[in-house]
Amino acid sequence: MSAPFSWIKPEPHGIYIPPADCWVDPSKAVGKALVTHGHADHARGGHGETVATPETLAIMELRYRTGTEDDAGEIPHKAVPVEYGETIRLTGGVDATYIPAGHVLGSAQILLEHAGERVIVTGDYKRRKDPTCPPFEVTPCDIFITEATFGLPLFTHPPIEDEMAKLIYRLAAHPDRCVLVGAYALGKAQRVIAELRRAGHREPIYLHGAMEKMCRLYEEHGVDLGELRLVADYSKDDMRGAIVVCPPSALNDRWSRRLPDPITAMASGWMRVRQRARQRNVELPLVISDHADWGELTRTIKEVDAQENWITHGREDALLRWCQLHQRRARALALVGYDDEDD
Amino acid sequence: MEEFAALIDALVYTRSRNEKLRLIAEYLRATPDPDRGWALAALSDGLDFPAVKSSTIRNLMKDRIDPVLWSLSRDFVGDTAETASLLWPAPDQPPSPPSVSETVELLEAMNRKTVVAELPKLLDRLDPSGRYALLKLATGGMRIGVSSRLAKTAFAQAFEVSVDEVEEYWHGLAPPYPELFAWAADGEDPPDIDNLPTFRPFMLAHPLEETVVDLSDYAAEWKWDGIRVQLVRAGDETRVYSRSGDDISATFPELLDVLPFPAVLDGELLVRGKVQGGEDGGAASFNALQQRLGRKTVSKKMLKEAPAFVRLYDALLVEGEDLRQLPWTQRRARLEALMERLPDSHFDLSRIVEAKDFEHLAAIREGSRDDAIEGLMLKRKESPYIAGRRVGYWYKWKRDPLLVDCVLMYAQRGSGKRSSFYSDYTFGCWDGDPDAGADLLPVGKAYSGFNDEELKKLDRHVRRNTVNRFGPVRETDKSLVFEVAFDSVHESKRHKSGLAMRFPRIHRIRWDKPPHEADRVEALRALVRD
Repeated sequence: MSAPFSWIKPEPHGIYIPPADCWVDPSKAVGKALVTHGHADHARGGHGETVATPETLAIMELRYRTGTEDDAGEIPHKAVPVEYGETIRLTGGVDATYIPAGHVLGSAQILLEHAGERVIVTGDYKRRKDPTCPPFEVTPCDIFITEATFGLPLFTHPPIEDEMAKLIYRLAAHPDRCVLVGAYALGKAQRVIAELRRAGHREPIYLHGAMEKMCRLYEEHGVDLGELRLVADYSKDDMRGAIVVCPPSALNDRWSRRLPDPITAMASGWMRVRQRARQRNVELPLVISDHADWGELTRTIKEVDAQENWITHGREDALLRWCQLHQRRARALALVGYDDEDD
Repeated sequence: MEEFAALIDALVYTRSRNEKLRLIAEYLRATPDPDRGWALAALSDGLDFPAVKSSTIRNLMKDRIDPVLWSLSRDFVGDTAETASLLWPAPDQPPSPPSVSETVELLEAMNRKTVVAELPKLLDRLDPSGRYALLKLATGGMRIGVSSRLAKTAFAQAFEVSVDEVEEYWHGLAPPYPELFAWAADGEDPPDIDNLPTFRPFMLAHPLEETVVDLSDYAAEWKWDGIRVQLVRAGDETRVYSRSGDDISATFPELLDVLPFPAVLDGELLVRGKVQGGEDGGAASFNALQQRLGRKTVSKKMLKEAPAFVRLYDALLVEGEDLRQLPWTQRRARLEALMERLPDSHFDLSRIVEAKDFEHLAAIREGSRDDAIEGLMLKRKESPYIAGRRVGYWYKWKRDPLLVDCVLMYAQRGSGKRSSFYSDYTFGCWDGDPDAGADLLPVGKAYSGFNDEELKKLDRHVRRNTVNRFGPVRETDKSLVFEVAFDSVHESKRHKSGLAMRFPRIHRIRWDKPPHEADRVEALRALVRD
């Protein structure tokens, strides 16, 4: 009988499972990968075999086929879809179950079971409501491997309704201008659009070209985004008084010159800190995040109540300290390749 | 306080200068006295509450949050006031924000003992934005991208008066500036400052850089390496002001009864010292002057060992006559004529540097190795004395800096607009032969000399090459060479290397240079001149 949990190994490039010879969210190409969700720092291209939810596989195929990523790899050689709640057996007697993580479309926590021991890898997650994906499910386990992107006590994401109200108020105050919202192309953009619709905004929303395909993919998976138009097909005057959504990198780009005197907004959890907003030349910070804030991280650790907590990426120092103060066993994993401060 | 907090937030997120002016002007027009006066004082850094310091806030937070979590948060945000405003526990009652004047009254009434109980009560009455505005106002120095000049310009714009006039009255008045608002907003008589020893804004110079001037139009003077001061006597009182308009009279009491007539004079404050002789003699290096700066009281010993005097550059007002509109040549003649009425124990005249032509002047500048000289000043002979920096009138032509190659050792995150970036660098030189196993010794710290692009690259370098963390400090693998520029280097007991640089800044980032080719400590020590 081997030592407890010797079947799971945190390595610099991801979590390795020796008996199954496979990795969770590896940051380099491997033979077999279990992928939690479609963001590029978790879902690299070029693996021999990729196991993920059907939505995540669709996202990966779209991204790596269309070459929207700089370091675009191949289309996954072999794609193995797993539905939420479904368990698949890997070699070496390891079971993997995909459980909703509430982060983006298709995102999952992966529950790994072997020899009666249970380990959960969360990938990224949040506990707030999100009209674009099913909510995070608290699942008991022995080792809880959590993210800590917003792992500092100053991060409290406000209710999204407040942020939508700020956006709609600013839009109404400047009927001759547009509000340009910077939002990550996968997840954040669609959530902002869906929340705008929920808040009663019925007008067409204009998209930067780089966002179109991902929005269509969300629609194909049953997320209603209302009327979307491409910026390239319309004139400056058409867009006065409208909301335009673009990737954060386009916010201060020449591209935005075609817009009618845009008010620059950015939807990100980092917007909670004034200087972060200033660094990005943001006039209207919208504190909207797809990650758990400090309260959610600590609440989740309490609710899951694992014997041990491993912290993968983000502000691990502070979350580690919190665990220490609350007599919870914890360790930080130094994984490379996860985006340090992107949201 | 809600309107003030909203103004502060709007200013933080606004880049355009015109938009900032519009926001402040709108606030000043819409807000009643005395709230708007206090707000104007806060925006122009005119408020100081001795009971509330950054350390006060830190101490308050220590009772409310784990100190480790506090310092990690503070390090991430890069601003104590903002961190505290975000981490302050939400009070049970709904907010009941005080007015700006009530806030100022309460803050003024606090002392170092009562602040511990009183400041929390005030914080509990505000939401996070309000708390941020309160803590910024209370600790002084808003650092929100609004200069004192911008605030005054907005005031002038709000009430359609001239900003030069505002500057002229400003320094004779105290917050909340009722006379200023009465004059500008209500059309009453302008404030009377003739019999007050008030500060007049300095005329400043542009760097010369590539410009070449014709010496028939320009006069040259040494740029002395002391501190620029304005000596003002009016209504039987003399005051000494620093370049920013701070009253530093208490630091230099020997200058307070030596100006025998009412006047406003511009000059360089230096201390006597035996080190720097020569024909311009009598001035010690800046290092000697530094011992006297920032003191509220001065010992007799210090007055004897390092007595201050003023080397005069210009005369703005003399016995009620305003000379500022006269050309420089006429003001200079008046100043020269004044010298015999001034005691030479405390005054001398900054002499004119004669040169045949510009090339000759350049040669003189190159040859000057006196440590009390920073470079040359070039003044257009017909220039009036105008507040601020006007193109074409005055130029400063600093001596070329000294250069040394150092190795990056430690980095810390910056604050303000550089919060989160590793932008503060400690670098070292080799204490012997690096190929024979010598170590690096830290010799200085720099925060400037690179642009935003370079900052991003440096930040990435630090993150990728960290070998150790000591709280907020990262130790790097010592693989990057900086060419560091500095004005001078001095012996110092405060540093392990025994050396301290003056104004070190990153001159070039030598991505290409192997670290073992950086300079040794002795190379730096050879540049010490005092």
